Formats: sequence, structure tokens, C-alpha cells
Amino acid sequence: MGSITLQNVAKHFGEHVVIPSLDLVINDGEFVVFVGPSGCGKSTLLRLIAGLEDVSGGQIIINGRDATDLPPAKRGLSMVFQSYALYPHMSVRSNIGFPLKMAGEDKAVIDKKVTDAASVLNLTDYLDRKPRQLSGGQRQRVAIGRAIVRQPDAFLFDEPLSNLDAALRVNMRLEISELHQKLKTTMVYVTHDQVEAMTMADKIVVLNKGRVEQVGSPLELYHHPDNMFVAGFIGSPRMNFATGDKAAAYNARTIGVRPEHLTLSTTDGAWRGTVGVAEHLGSDTFLHITVDGVGLVTARAGGDVPLRHGDTVFLTPEEGRVHRFNETGASIR
Amino acid sequence: MATLHTRAAARLMMAPSVLLLLAWMIIPLSLTIYFSFLRYNLLMPGMEEWAGFTNYSFFLTDPAFFQALFNTLAIVVGVLCITVFGGIALALLLDQPMYGQGIVRILVIAPFLIMPTVAALVWKNMFMNPVNGLFAWVAKAVGLQPYDFLSNSPLLSIIVIVAWQWLPFATLILLTALQSLDEDQKEAAQMDGASAWSRFIYITLPHLSRAITVVILIQTIFLLSVFAEILVTTNGGPGTQSTNITYLVYAQALLQFDVGGASAGGIVAVILANIVAFFLIRMIGKNLEA
Repeated sequence: MGSITLQNVAKHFGEHVVIPSLDLVINDGEFVVFVGPSGCGKSTLLRLIAGLEDVSGGQIIINGRDATDLPPAKRGLSMVFQSYALYPHMSVRSNIGFPLKMAGEDKAVIDKKVTDAASVLNLTDYLDRKPRQLSGGQRQRVAIGRAIVRQPDAFLFDEPLSNLDAALRVNMRLEISELHQKLKTTMVYVTHDQVEAMTMADKIVVLNKGRVEQVGSPLELYHHPDNMFVAGFIGSPRMNFATGDKAAAYNARTIGVRPEHLTLSTTDGAWRGTVGVAEHLGSDTFLHITVDGVGLVTARAGGDVPLRHGDTVFLTPEEGRVHRFNETGASIR
Repeated sequence: MATLHTRAAARLMMAPSVLLLLAWMIIPLSLTIYFSFLRYNLLMPGMEEWAGFTNYSFFLTDPAFFQALFNTLAIVVGVLCITVFGGIALALLLDQPMYGQGIVRILVIAPFLIMPTVAALVWKNMFMNPVNGLFAWVAKAVGLQPYDFLSNSPLLSIIVIVAWQWLPFATLILLTALQSLDEDQKEAAQMDGASAWSRFIYITLPHLSRAITVVILIQTIFLLSVFAEILVTTNGGPGTQSTNITYLVYAQALLQFDVGGASAGGIVAVILANIVAFFLIRMIGKNLEA
């Protein structure tokens, strides 16, 4: 059991409103990712759920029980911090066992659970080391180990991978996803990286200025964004937006086309432009093209595209892949 | 300092200061050792003669010496206990967000800025004086007999005065250490179900251990040589009840004019300080390793 329901949750710091009012349902066993630009209130929201901050209004219901005024330890949740927050003077074993020790568990039980958690996370050889003797990825795993020994109803992750290097991040992403498959426990994960959100989530919650912009599965958000903010935030590289004549041709105030949905041609097409920087990644090439009347447009091409700086190209948006938006930025379906 | 040439140059440049520091230490020490073997009394100038170990046996068999040795250790241990425990408590209090934090911090630090003689005089005349002192006034106000602290429990009074002076130092060091504790760690412990007391025992105290070590080491160095407070308040008395080794050496040299005996006492004090330092480093020095 690990369902979390937020009803009209609000948070103010003095005059400063971080979260005006927010409703959200997280079902048991789901992997939910809060994603948004920095300062959008996603970490604050997580800390509200954890109980590390008091809500200014509304209710937090965990497992059907009102947890709004419960202290953090009584909510049955575990949290993994961005800085790992390991206890530096304790060995890995004591770090992982700390929540159990605080719960007054038997020494033998603690030993067994710590050993089990360590074997799940490949930490068995490091149990007697201090955190400072571990690499970044290992520290992250200890932090996760400390979270799983308590067998909580839900895990909370606060940007856990942002201190790791790129290769390790991809690895840990897989490990956390696998852990979720294995444990089937609810996980709430905060990140500013939309790639992490897309790859790991069952359900993504896109936040902007403390408001929920859209909730949905990764592909729903990718294919059917509700508004320009979601459209621009999900997908890499960013969606291209055009206004004016180009949009009027589609009966919209603004249109959006993803870089991968533009067809390139050197002879003819809907939009004419000049190639600027070309980023060759091997498998793909991202071309930054200045299109007359639109501005800078990013287009994805094959790895061996022969275009160079200054060449003239024509771009055609793929049929049915053009997103249309009205004056308020909402999607026209 | 990559090449042999720069290393040689660096040595050459450092040599004068190293030599100066060496001389600074060696000359007074060897002169003291030399004097300690002489029969050398300022009342009988020109009568110096070789005395062998007489000064040492005289100093070490003096009943005042054992009293002074005990008093020295009592002052060190007593003041350390008060300042470390009090310092932790005060630092925890001052770390809480409160109105007028800046002013309260300055008030707490103030005693450290007052020179020892002045602090001792203030305590002697304004607080502990059995006729005009604040404590006597309080005692009379509640109908008790005023207590003459400095003559009835002189050692305890001196410990209190010295602890009052060193409490701000301990508080300051421990407060900065407390502020460097990672907020995330406290929150993680909170999530892990640790009560406020458990968080203090398992998270805060281990984090403070290095700062506590620094406080103990630095204070021990200074507390072994407490002098001004004793001179101003009790003059080591009544009898020798509040005489420590430093004061005993002073009395030997400048009240009895026995330079030879005082030098022997000085050398004994140096040896004692080294013994204390040896045990101190062995007990808590490992805390200082990273």
C-alpha cells in the first residue's frame, strides 16, 4: 500500500507563494516523476509530502489516512537526498541500519535486513567502509539502501542523480528503474532533467510556478501536450515554435514542430532557411537552421547528412505532427 | 618546489627564521636548567654556587608542591568540564533562530575579551565579596547568611572565574562547528525516525567531536598556566589552598627570592606539561586525523 493524495495543497514562505493550490493523486506502486524548471516548486512539493515542511493549506492523505500533521517519521515514507545525506562518521552498515536502530529493532534483525539490502544493491563488500571511502555511485546506493531497509510505503527521491557524472547517471537510472520493478513500491522522483522523467516514469507531473501543467504517461505528454509549456519542456532537443503566417496556415496562433518531425530537402519545401551550426553526434545530426519568418529552428537529420554551414535548405513539417496552440498557449485538438 | 634548485633556495630562505626560533626556545630553557642547579638567592648576591639536585629535592618534597599539583589538575579538569558541557549547551541554544540573535551572540562572547585581572577583580569585588557582593546581597535578600567564597572555597571560586572566561571560547568554536552541520543530515535522521535526543547523540555530537578536541587541547595549554586570577583574588591562599604550580614558582622566585628553587620548579612544570600533553594527544589526538 502506498497511495498518496494531495488536496488543495498550498505553500507560502511569508509573502512568497511557492505552490498556490495543487491536487494530485499518486496510486499504489506507481513511479511518478515531478519535473519542471528550477524554482517551479517540485522539491518543495516533495518536502511537503515528506513532512519536512509544513503545508500552508490543504491536506496530504497517505494510504487513506490524513497525514497532514504527522511528523516525517510517522508517515511511512523514505527519502533519498540530492546530497545523499549519509552520516559521515558511521560505516555503511550503520548508515543502512540507522532507521532500524531508531525503530528499536533487534540487533539480529537489523543485521539480517542490512545484509539483504546490501546484496540487492551490490554493497556487500563495502559494508565496513566509511562513506568518504566510497565513490559517488556507491554513496548513492548506500542512501537508497538506507531508504529501502525500512520497507516504506513509498520512496521519495530528491534529484538523486544530479551529483553523478553522465555515464554513472545512466547506470543509476537503470538501477532505480529495476529496483522499482523488483519492489513494486510507490516511488516519487523529483528531477529537472526531462530525459530522466521520460525514461523512468509511469506518470509524469509537469510543474511550472507551483502549478501542475499536465499529468500523464511519458508518451502522452510527448504526443499530446496540453499546452506550449509542456510541449517545450518534454522532448530533446526542444520543440520549435513558429507564429505569424506560418502558424496562420494551420489556423493557430502558434504552431510547434519537434526537430525529429521536420523533413529536410535541398530543393524544395514549405520553409526555406540557412544552415548554421551542425552538431554531429554520429547517429544523428542536429542542424540549427535560420528560417525566414520563424527564427532559429532545430532539425534532426541522419548521421551522414552532407550539409555545411551557410547551405540553403528547405524544411517541411510532417503531416499530422504539427502541434497547434491558441492565444493562451493551450493546445487546439 | 619542483626542482632541486628551488628546494635548496627555499631552505636557505627559511634558515634565518628557523635559527631564530630555535634560539628563542633553547636559550631561556638552558638558562633555566643552569639556574636550577645553582644555589642562587637574590637576597645573597654573588654567593652563587653549584648545588646539584638540592633545588629539585627541596621543591619536590615541599608539601605545597603536592597541593599545587592537585590544584593545577583540578583547575584544568574543572574548567574543561564546565566549558565543554556549558559550551555545547550554549552553542545549541545560540544556533536556534531567535529575535536579537546578533546582540545575544556578542553578549555571550564578551567575557573572552575582558583581561583576566579585570575579570578576576570584578568577580572578587562585585560578585563574591561577602559584604558588598551581588551573591551576598541575594543571600541576604532570601534570608541566608552570606557566603565568603574566596576564603571558604577558594579553588572552586577560581575554577568558576576561569570557566566564565573560557566559556565563550568553547561556545564560539562549537557554534561554528554546529553551523557547518549539513541540514540534509538532520532531515535524513528525522525521516529515519530519530528523536531530537537521538539526533543529538548520533548526528550532532559525532559531528562536534573534532571541535571538542580542539577546545580541550587549546584550553589545556592555557589552563595549566592560570596565574592572574589567583594573584588578584586569593594570592594562592588561604595557606596554599588555591596555589597552582605556576603560582608556586612565582612565589618561590619573587616572594622568597629563590631563583634556583624557582628554576627547578619551572623545569618540573615543563616536564609535567609534557606528560599531560602526551596523554592528551594519545587520548583524543586521533580525532584530529581526517
